[in-house]
Amino acid sequence: MLSLNRISKTYKTGTFGGKDLVAVRDVSFDINPGEVISLIGESGSGKTTVGKMVLKLIDITKGSITLDGVDVAHKQGAELKTYYRHVQGVFQDPFSSYNPIFKADRVFSLIRSEFFADMPRAEWDAKVDGVLRSVTLEPNQVLNKYPHQLSGGQLQRLLVARALLLDLKILIADEIISMLDASTRIDVLNLLADLKSRGLGILFITHDLSLGNYISEKTVILRRGSVVEMGATDKVFGNPTHPYTRMLISSVPQLHKKWAQIEQELPAPIAGRGGCLFHEAYPLAGRTPDRPIDEPTLARVEDDHYVGCFELDSEKASQVA
Amino acid sequence: MSLQVTDLMVYYRTLAGDVKALDGATFSIADKEIMGLAGESGCGKSTLGNSLIRLDGRMKYIGGKVNLDGAELPIWDNAGMNEFRFREVSVIPQYAMSAMNPTRKIGKMIAELVESRGTQFSEIKDELEKRIDHVGLTQDVVNRYPIELSGGMKQRMVMVISTLFDPSLLIADEITSALDVSTQRAVAETLVSFRDHGYVKSMMVITHDVSILYQIADSILIMYAGKLAEKASTKTIIDQPRHPYTQMLVSSLPEVGVRYADKKLTGIPGSPPSLLVPPTGCRFRARCPLAFAKCVEEPPFVEIEKDHSVACWKVTGPNA
Ligand SMILES: Nc1ncnc2c1ncn2[C@@H]1O[C@H](COP(=O)(O)OP(=O)(O)O)[C@@H](O)[C@H]1O
Ligand SMILES: Nc1ncnc2c1ncn2[C@@H]1O[C@H](COP(=O)(O)OP(=O)(O)O)[C@@H](O)[C@H]1O
Ligand code: SF4
Ligand SMILES: [Mg+2]
Ligand SMILES: [Mg+2]
Repeated sequence: MLSLNRISKTYKTGTFGGKDLVAVRDVSFDINPGEVISLIGESGSGKTTVGKMVLKLIDITKGSITLDGVDVAHKQGAELKTYYRHVQGVFQDPFSSYNPIFKADRVFSLIRSEFFADMPRAEWDAKVDGVLRSVTLEPNQVLNKYPHQLSGGQLQRLLVARALLLDLKILIADEIISMLDASTRIDVLNLLADLKSRGLGILFITHDLSLGNYISEKTVILRRGSVVEMGATDKVFGNPTHPYTRMLISSVPQLHKKWAQIEQELPAPIAGRGGCLFHEAYPLAGRTPDRPIDEPTLARVEDDHYVGCFELDSEKASQVA
Repeated sequence: MSLQVTDLMVYYRTLAGDVKALDGATFSIADKEIMGLAGESGCGKSTLGNSLIRLDGRMKYIGGKVNLDGAELPIWDNAGMNEFRFREVSVIPQYAMSAMNPTRKIGKMIAELVESRGTQFSEIKDELEKRIDHVGLTQDVVNRYPIELSGGMKQRMVMVISTLFDPSLLIADEITSALDVSTQRAVAETLVSFRDHGYVKSMMVITHDVSILYQIADSILIMYAGKLAEKASTKTIIDQPRHPYTQMLVSSLPEVGVRYADKKLTGIPGSPPSLLVPPTGCRFRARCPLAFAKCVEEPPFVEIEKDHSVACWKVTGPNA
């Protein structure tokens, strides 16, 4: 299991790094084996930053990430290599992951020299053949080809196949189907679902609510770096409670319902409040919160459903939105 | 009848030969109609849209006619098109947002644009202010540079500018694609309000996102590989499409409420053909599960019921 424990990221910006930009604020969730979590948010909400922290492409400013209970922060050398055997990422633009002057299957030989230098050729070839078939690619159609000779869907599947060559536990998929046509999107989505049923844990990063809803069992809604709502996907989508989540869901273009109707049929937000971290410190007026006001914390509103706000049914919550 | 396109063919010249990007399109858009144009990337949507405005250097007019409000558009004649462009037919191109001149304040840019069309800025000033209001921007936007506006604000400004002369036809090419869902909805609904207010008479909304079209379009035209596959009312295209391509396309779309665990959707196997040497017969043949002997011949695009046209032998019968 991969756990994110209250992770935050502050980028230094400005000419001399004099300004702080808080891109991710106090985010926590777990990814279990055989589970897809969708991390949903509009552009700039911090989705990619979360993915990069998990992949150790950037440092975590605050908080920690653990894989099977072990902190991943200080892994280096051989330990880091082992980490990458278990945790891999695939990104939005398949073309940028390939060097156009090399054949596309070079991404496999790089994995071989890095992780499987001792494996006999025949065994390696059989392994590649196996992962290609598991992502429904016909080996002779994709091996020995240049990137421009393959479609976006094929290139994305090759990248997933590359990740599968390793002893993968967690896959970070950052907008991997946004660039694909509707007709091939669904096949890559189904492929992820298939991998999940074989025990992989997947962080599915997307700005598209309908894709997240289709594939994931858990949903995390991110807004300006903070989680505003998370929990079981059917609960977050079925009973959206944070004003921001409600706005997002009523703005998604659907195929059989007009926007006005979606808005009308949205169930009322769950009333009342659960005990969030913030409430413990600030249950009633009179005590000053020990955290900045712009830092929503999560209140449990029902089983497996959390909403970030101070007082769910008050005006403050809508101000946050 | 607002727009009538008849057998329009536009190719791209390349060293390898002609790319047959728009290979015979016949359809019409009625007054007040918002027609959506959808299909996989590379099927010729932008080519169709652009050809009604301006053929760039590599585009080659092969044949066909375009009639707007009774007047024939000389689309093969760049200079001849000048009197129609912007006034009668206007476009919001794909990537319009990044195409705005970054060194000009928006107000100055608008003044130059209308003056280049022989109209004094003062003549349109009141209307401009009204429309800036209408799209929810503040009047000081004219004193700003494009770079100072967010994506959604820029998109709304481009919409105002491109419709200042109340064109008969507005072509909007993928204008919501790069936007976040909330902005996307606002921009799409603004398009509808422009039609409702008479700022434009009819519209062609190009997008690869059929669910946006379900929200705002009256009718949808589906293209495949440079040809028209099906055109019908939005409701018919979504609920009762007849062309196998449309059927597969619509059923491959996940929407909120559809979950993998309950209902596994499927895509369309294979990929669209090259338009350099397009396949003979029905261009969808290699991917079509219903293909039969007749499909080696090209199916005509025929009206099977009122306002519903399809190009498929399975639907029209082999004697069409
Ligand atoms: N390397 C960086 N340096 C400074 N700011 C960054 C950097 N990367 C991302 N940001 C900022 O952090 C915020 C979150 O970005 P990102 O994680 O890419 O969001 P998303 O993937 O949701 O679009 C944005 O405001 C973005 O501009
Ligand atoms: N300038 C060009 N030169 C050669 N081929 C082009 C050019 N522009 C577009 N094409 C080709 O024409 C076909 C249709 O393109 P386009 O109209 O842009 O499709 P869409 O807008 O549906 O994605 C594609 O096969 C594309 O590769
Ligand atoms: S004409 Fe034939 S190949 Fe083409 S869509 Fe119809 S059945 Fe399929
Ligand atoms: Mg991102
Ligand atoms: Mg296009």
